Amino acid sequence: MSHATERQALLAAGVATLVLGLASGAAAATEELNALVWCDHTDDAFIEPFEKANDVRVNLKEFEGTGAALSIIEQSQPGDWDVLIVDGVDVPRLAESGVLGELPADQLPIDDLWPEVVLADKHVIDGKTYGITELFGYNTISFDANKVDAAELADMSVLWSGKFKDRIAVYDWSLPMVGLVAMGLGKETASLTTDDLPEIREALFALKDSTTQFTDVVASQTALATGEVDILFGGGEWLTAVLSSEMPNLDWILPEQGGLMWSQSVGRFADAGNPDMALKFIQYIVSPEGQKALATSSCYWAMPANRKTGDLLSDAEKRALRWDQQAEYLARAQLYPAPGGELEQAIEDLWSEMRAR
Amino acid sequence: MRPTRSVSGRGWRYVSPLLLFTIFFFFVPFVFIVIMSTWSRVDGAILRTWNLDNYIAFFTTPHLRVALWNSVSITATVTVVSVLLAYPFAWFIAMRVPTRWQRLALVLAIVPFWTSYVVRSYAWLLVLAKNGMLNKTLMALHLVDAPLEIAATRIATVTGFVHFFVMLLTLTIYANLRQLSPNYARAAADLGAGPVAIFRHVILPLSLPGIVVGAFLTFVLCIGDYITPQILGGGNELVLPQVIMLQIGRRADFPTAASLSVILMCVVTLAYLASARWLKLERA
Repeated sequence: MSHATERQALLAAGVATLVLGLASGAAAATEELNALVWCDHTDDAFIEPFEKANDVRVNLKEFEGTGAALSIIEQSQPGDWDVLIVDGVDVPRLAESGVLGELPADQLPIDDLWPEVVLADKHVIDGKTYGITELFGYNTISFDANKVDAAELADMSVLWSGKFKDRIAVYDWSLPMVGLVAMGLGKETASLTTDDLPEIREALFALKDSTTQFTDVVASQTALATGEVDILFGGGEWLTAVLSSEMPNLDWILPEQGGLMWSQSVGRFADAGNPDMALKFIQYIVSPEGQKALATSSCYWAMPANRKTGDLLSDAEKRALRWDQQAEYLARAQLYPAPGGELEQAIEDLWSEMRAR
Repeated sequence: MRPTRSVSGRGWRYVSPLLLFTIFFFFVPFVFIVIMSTWSRVDGAILRTWNLDNYIAFFTTPHLRVALWNSVSITATVTVVSVLLAYPFAWFIAMRVPTRWQRLALVLAIVPFWTSYVVRSYAWLLVLAKNGMLNKTLMALHLVDAPLEIAATRIATVTGFVHFFVMLLTLTIYANLRQLSPNYARAAADLGAGPVAIFRHVILPLSLPGIVVGAFLTFVLCIGDYITPQILGGGNELVLPQVIMLQIGRRADFPTAASLSVILMCVVTLAYLASARWLKLERA
């Protein structure tokens, strides 16, 4: 090919690229929405229907904990973010600090939620609504049914008795795990004080002696699925339901002391750049269609807060999520501890001390 | 003879871009981190009042000192093992492999660098896990009766680290060895030295700068890592970088995280000062 022909070919390719780029730009959504989310909100099956229905491009940024989300928010400018997914127990402090703005409660399907997860004391402050529960689940005990009999796990305290030494992994999150140990000792997570910590410390250290690893979400699933451990302290449907079809032997149980209920809420930033679209997105999240996609996401499964989602879930999905047992489970569940000040610091120190042993 | 003003001026012009880059993207952020380390987090809010509470907490909280000790001891082990494995490898490539094949040998040595660090760690987990390749092989050969507990231990952490840092040290030691004139060894042989004596008294001392540079880089990179201890070590031994990440990710306690980062920086500085002493051999 001569130099002149080469130059023409390159020029043609460049023009074609430019035209295609402009064309795709012209076909792009007319609006954008920015959301800080957990990984379960990033599936195309969840996002694309909303984008198409509203002609909007949803920009998602994942974070791994409220602390990480706060650091992102601190580094952002007003208007950068529109929607926030956050632990339900953290909604009050984010509302009080001005991060979350008021939502129109009459435009949200609050009456369709499981009553136990409405959590009005977390979402309503001075008569104003700042968030709504979107998903919930349990931190309890996951296990491999091929290696452990569920009856052996009926009493949570068996896990720090030494019976399952070197067969346990612990979900690496201080506040809920300390709360779960507290429940195993018969305590209420909502009324924990520093006076409870010595007894919790003893059980926690005994649990550490039987533990082979401390794991995040991915490592928890890996450890149980590969047989590295037989029991995951802090697991639940979020861990095993997503694997229910490939590995039906992985199961979860609420022991007699109950389980810790985690809940995810969705809120709108007080300084949202696109507040109207943010509200539409929130309404989609808590609609049965949005809830179905979230409940069975590729990242982790969870119970949808909206009861009407049951009409869209398959029987197998309901079984994996224990849909029919929810009334009983919710009655035996407690929320995460939400301590402040000295108690929170003491719990964090206790956890680090246990990890460093 | 002192350089002329024009020579000095040209020198400053050449280093100014890098100096400015270092000032704006290292020193200024570091100063900010030091300032932040003197603040406090109280009831979820950051109080911008200067105090040394975070540093006092470090020296009075046993588990934080244990975390630092874990970091230093793991890093020291990794550095020593990596040097012991990398040196013979680098020596072989530099001294025994024909020149025309050395480049290929180096490329093969650094091929593992081409994969993601996290993927490499998980790959080692598949090898070292209870049901991993190693245990399955050992049990199939009847060399063990039960799986060896390697994953989620310090041995797995060190293995994952050493796999990575041996490659780094091979490069630095190789580069040093290649610069050595063969006449040194010939002169020593002419004076009656055997191969072992030549290595001990000629090759090894002259290759010390390469070892020290590689060891220092290994130390710096290893002590700041929390991924490998988390994935391969099972999070069983708390290391200081993990504590820093927990403060940021779970509690948004940036002042405490900043203070721990400064402490880690001080440890790295001590390592540099120790290395700088040995590096003077190159100038001699």
